[in-house]
Amino acid sequence: MHAFVDAFNFFFNHLSLMGDKIVAHLAVSFAAVGIALVIAVPLGVWLGHMHRFSFLAINVSNIGRALPSLAVISIGIAILGIGFLNVLVALVILAGPVMLTNAYVGVNEVDPDAVQAARAMGMKPRQVLWRVELPLALPLIFAGIRTATVFVVATATLATFAGGGGLGDIIANEATYGTAGVIAASLTITALAFLIDGALGLVQLAVTPRPLRALGRGARMDAMIPPNLEAGARR
Amino acid sequence: MIGATSLLLADSGPVIPKFGQASNCIVQNKQFCASWFVDNFNSRFAPRLVEHIELTLIAVGVGMVIAFTAAILAYKQDWFERPFSLVSAFFYTIPSLALFELLVPITGINRLTAEIGLVSYTLLILFRNTLTGLRGVPPDALEAARAMGLTSRQRLLRIELPLALPAIMAGVRIAAVTTISLTTVAAYIGAGGLGAPIFDAIQTGFKTEFVAAGALAVALAIVVDLLLVLVQRTITPWRSRRLRNA
Repeated sequence: MHAFVDAFNFFFNHLSLMGDKIVAHLAVSFAAVGIALVIAVPLGVWLGHMHRFSFLAINVSNIGRALPSLAVISIGIAILGIGFLNVLVALVILAGPVMLTNAYVGVNEVDPDAVQAARAMGMKPRQVLWRVELPLALPLIFAGIRTATVFVVATATLATFAGGGGLGDIIANEATYGTAGVIAASLTITALAFLIDGALGLVQLAVTPRPLRALGRGARMDAMIPPNLEAGARR
Repeated sequence: MIGATSLLLADSGPVIPKFGQASNCIVQNKQFCASWFVDNFNSRFAPRLVEHIELTLIAVGVGMVIAFTAAILAYKQDWFERPFSLVSAFFYTIPSLALFELLVPITGINRLTAEIGLVSYTLLILFRNTLTGLRGVPPDALEAARAMGLTSRQRLLRIELPLALPAIMAGVRIAAVTTISLTTVAAYIGAGGLGAPIFDAIQTGFKTEFVAAGALAVALAIVVDLLLVLVQRTITPWRSRRLRNA
C-alpha cells in the first residue's frame, strides 16, 4: 500500500508533468476518435440505410475486434516508423470497426414498420434517414462511439512504445520516474478512462430520444453480442 | 550454425567471436526479412506462440468458470447481477497496461499477475453474454419443460443452457480474441507470449521482429476467432439450419 501513497505524492509533486502528459494523451486519443468517426459512422449509417453489405459491415468489426492493439502498433512501427502518425493510424484502425458496425446495426435494425409508416406519410428516402432512422439508431451509434473512445484512451497508453507520447511515457519509463511515477500514471489513466466513460454515458443519455432511454442504457452491453447472431435471421 | 562458423574462424586468426554473416536485408533493417524469420521461427517465435496460447487458455478457462457460476447465480437470484456487473465493468474499463502495473506492487512481476489481469478482463463479457443467453430462453420452452415435469436442474442443463449456447459461445469468442490482444501487453510484466519479441524489438529497433511478432499475434487472433465460429456452428446446428431457411 505504501507504493500507492508514494504515487499520490508523485502526482501532486509533478502536476505540470502529469498535466502535459494528460493533454498529449487526450490529443492523440481524440484525434484518432475524430478521424475514425468521420470515416466509420457515415459509412455504417449509409450501409444500414441501404440494407446492404451486411457481411462486410459486420465482419469488419469482428476482424477489428480481433486485432491485438500492440501487434497493430508493432507492425506500424516497421512500416510507418516511430511517431505520432503511426500511433494515429493504429488507433483509427482499432476504433473504426466498432463505430462502423454499431452505426450499421443501429440503422439497419430500425423497426421496418416505422420506416414504412414514414414512407407512407410521403417522406423521401433522405427524410426517412434523417427524421426516422437516425434518431432511432442514435443510442446504438453513440454506444459504439463511447466504446471506441474508451478503448482508444486505454490503448493510447501503448502509444509510448511507438514514440507517441501520453501517459504511457511515464508508465514505460520506470528508470526515470520510479515506481511511484509508474503507479501514479497508471492511476491517472484509469481515472481518465472512467471519467470519459462516465461523461460519454451522460451524453449518450442526452442524445437518446426520451422514449428510448430504457433501451439505451443496456445498449453498450448488448453490443457485445456479435450482431451477426441475429442480424441474419431478422432481415 | 554459429558453432560451424566459429570453428572456421578459429583457423583464420582473430578470436573475436563472429556470429555468422548477416544478410543485406538484416544489415539495412528492411521491413521484413523472410529468410531470417524462417530461420528463427523455431527458436524465437514458436515457444512464444505456445506461451501465448497457454496464457490465453488459462485466462479464458478460469474466467469462464467464474463468470459462468456468477451468471447462473444471477439468473437464479436477481440481486446478484448488479454487484457482479459493476465489479467486472470496473475491471474492464481499466486500461490494460495500467492494470498490470497496478497489480505489480501487490503480486509481483510474474505470470500470476498477468493472469489475474487477463482473467479480470474476460469476466464482464462472459458474464453478460451468459446471462443474456439464459434470459433469452423463450418462456414457451420453459413452460413446456416444466409441464413435462423437468426439475429446475434438468431445465437448466437440458433446456436453458443449450438454448443459451449461441450467446455463450459469442461471449467466449470475444473473450478469447480480447485476451489474445491483452496477452501481448502482459509481456511487459514478464508474462512471455508474443508480446515478448515485440518488446525486444522496441529495445533493438529490429523491424523484422516487429512485423513477425505482430503478424503472428494478429494471425493467432483471427485463426482463433474463425475456429470458434466453426465450433459455434458445430455445437448449435439448429441455429444455422434456421438461418438457412429464413
